[in-house]
Amino acid sequence: MDNSRRKFLKIAGISAVATVGAPAALNLLTGNAHASSGHGAPQAAAPAAHGAPAAHGEAPTGKRYGMVIDARKFHANPGLAEKCIEACHTNYNVPDFGNKKDEIKWLWKMPFANAFPEHSHYKKDHTVHSMDFLVTCNHCDKPPCVRACPTKATFKNKDGIVMMDFHRCIGCRFCMAACPYGARSFNWRDPRGSENGVPFIKKLNHDFPTRMRGVVEKCSFCALRLAEGKLPLCVEATGDTGAMFFGDLNDPHSDVSKVLQSKFTIQRKPALGTTPSVFYII
Amino acid sequence: MLEKALKGNVGYWAWILCLLGIMGVGVICYAVQFNYGLGATGMSRDVTWGIYISQFTFLVGVAAGGLMLVLPYYLHHYKDFGRITILGEFMAIAAVAMCLLFIMADLGQPMRALNVVFHPTPNSMLFYDMIVLNGYLFLNVVCGWVVLHSEYKGIKYPNWVKPLIYLSIPWAVSIHTVTAFLYCGLPGRHFWLTAILAPRFLASAFAAGPALLMVIALIMKQTTKFNVGRVAQDKLVTIIGYAAILNFFFLGCEIFVAYYSQIPGHMHTLDYLFFGLTDHATGEVYNNLVPFMRASVIMGFAGIALLFFSRSQKSDSMLAISCILIFVSFWIDKGLGLVLGGFVPNGMEQITEYIPTGIEIGVTAGIWATGFFIITVLYKIAISVKLENEKTA
Repeated sequence: MDNSRRKFLKIAGISAVATVGAPAALNLLTGNAHASSGHGAPQAAAPAAHGAPAAHGEAPTGKRYGMVIDARKFHANPGLAEKCIEACHTNYNVPDFGNKKDEIKWLWKMPFANAFPEHSHYKKDHTVHSMDFLVTCNHCDKPPCVRACPTKATFKNKDGIVMMDFHRCIGCRFCMAACPYGARSFNWRDPRGSENGVPFIKKLNHDFPTRMRGVVEKCSFCALRLAEGKLPLCVEATGDTGAMFFGDLNDPHSDVSKVLQSKFTIQRKPALGTTPSVFYII
Repeated sequence: MLEKALKGNVGYWAWILCLLGIMGVGVICYAVQFNYGLGATGMSRDVTWGIYISQFTFLVGVAAGGLMLVLPYYLHHYKDFGRITILGEFMAIAAVAMCLLFIMADLGQPMRALNVVFHPTPNSMLFYDMIVLNGYLFLNVVCGWVVLHSEYKGIKYPNWVKPLIYLSIPWAVSIHTVTAFLYCGLPGRHFWLTAILAPRFLASAFAAGPALLMVIALIMKQTTKFNVGRVAQDKLVTIIGYAAILNFFFLGCEIFVAYYSQIPGHMHTLDYLFFGLTDHATGEVYNNLVPFMRASVIMGFAGIALLFFSRSQKSDSMLAISCILIFVSFWIDKGLGLVLGGFVPNGMEQITEYIPTGIEIGVTAGIWATGFFIITVLYKIAISVKLENEKTA
């Protein structure tokens, strides 16, 4: 009798541990522990149909930086997008290898069909077809790259920014396979080097580190500038054109929130459930 | 026991020297890549994994395939596999060793590889892959070596290895499942995002692994006195045949889902692999994998037919050819198409093709040679012990 009671207690104990532990383990597995700012509300609260854009959770807490890009303003101001890219790439010592294979980019332009491949581009008006869209890291609220990284070299900050630790990255490029937006670049060769006497980094900015060969890099939403109370460089470069808005998506009074409340915007590939923090006015 | 590997005829040493030569070439190529960076390969911003990772994926299958020899013998006491079980375990050791080398070759910062251990990240599938692969290597080294050493001493293997042998059976399934999870859990990569990726991997693994073993066994039958026996051979034919048929059934399921649903994302990569994909902006057709993939399907079906036919004819040469056909077919399917195809088109529906460089092929050949070197040495030891025992018995 004693024996069977012990057995019962054992089984009861194990089941109790399993009931308590299993959801926690599952959470750990899906990376919820890392993606908990803002829209990190319980997934169960928002069951989305397959293929439908994943619903954003309720009751955000904490900061979540986001951006609105007004494609019409960029179309009206030729050269503005290039100015943004230039500001970004020169400040962050983004190398130019002069070929597509080794290319590294943090911010770049793409046609509608490539930036929004899941949107129909059938019989869209000429403006949309001739527009170029600035694209960059979406700083997703549920970033697949962070889920995939085996060393936490890419991680999500408390303010929602997806960051890179260039010193921890082992260069497995799992994050590049995981990113649906092609936002990540790899240093296939030494960015500090040169070819035929021309350095890959044209003008070195000593305020930001250059990277070494064999690591992944991408847009950081200018996290270091935000810490100083400054706007990201690309947003700053748009001046007062109103082409870009930046701020805390969780603060209803921020510039970016006000724009989002008053304008129709779209995100890139919303159906994947990554919940991008970059929005577009078309 | 190791001394067995140091005694061999001219053919044995010529083969060893040949492998060492290729390994040397691999080392030189890797040195070039190490100094220049991974830019020395054909990989690019759009196709970020190339033949290293695709070889890795395929070889995990070869390693898991060893299960098909271990399971019948230890779990079902199928005595006719007694002579080849050890070969399955040793093949798994070589295959996992190759997997680990391919991962190392693919890392941008190989000196930091241990960061995966120093900063364990349970939400990354690569973390689990590291655990299951190293665990499987450990299990096979221990089980294989202890069992063979006991045989060498003429005693029964100690009881403590039994649990490890049993553990190695589900573990073999886990290595290929976790490897499939590396791919099929990524949003936005439609070709990989399929629940039957792990079953597909396992089906091809259970055919390709034993097929390779069969070819090696038939070569040994010609060059040494070691014979796996007709009964074991015929049983292996059944295993390889059914696993290969299952593989094509799964492939058929994928093709049905993609083309019946007509969802573009699901069709794109299959289009690229089997028919060529047209870039609508430029009108250019990209199809560099089409001949390989079509050959893979033809070789696979031909291999299956020939496999069963060879059994009815009791023809070893036909059997060898059929196993080579199946092995190469699945190597193309997993070792080329699956990984490379997943990147075409990329997430922005742009098409970039990938062609490996000479350096990359050199490193790849070097790693394969290393694997065959390990197989050769281990098999030499194993069959020397077996033949000696049979002589004294």
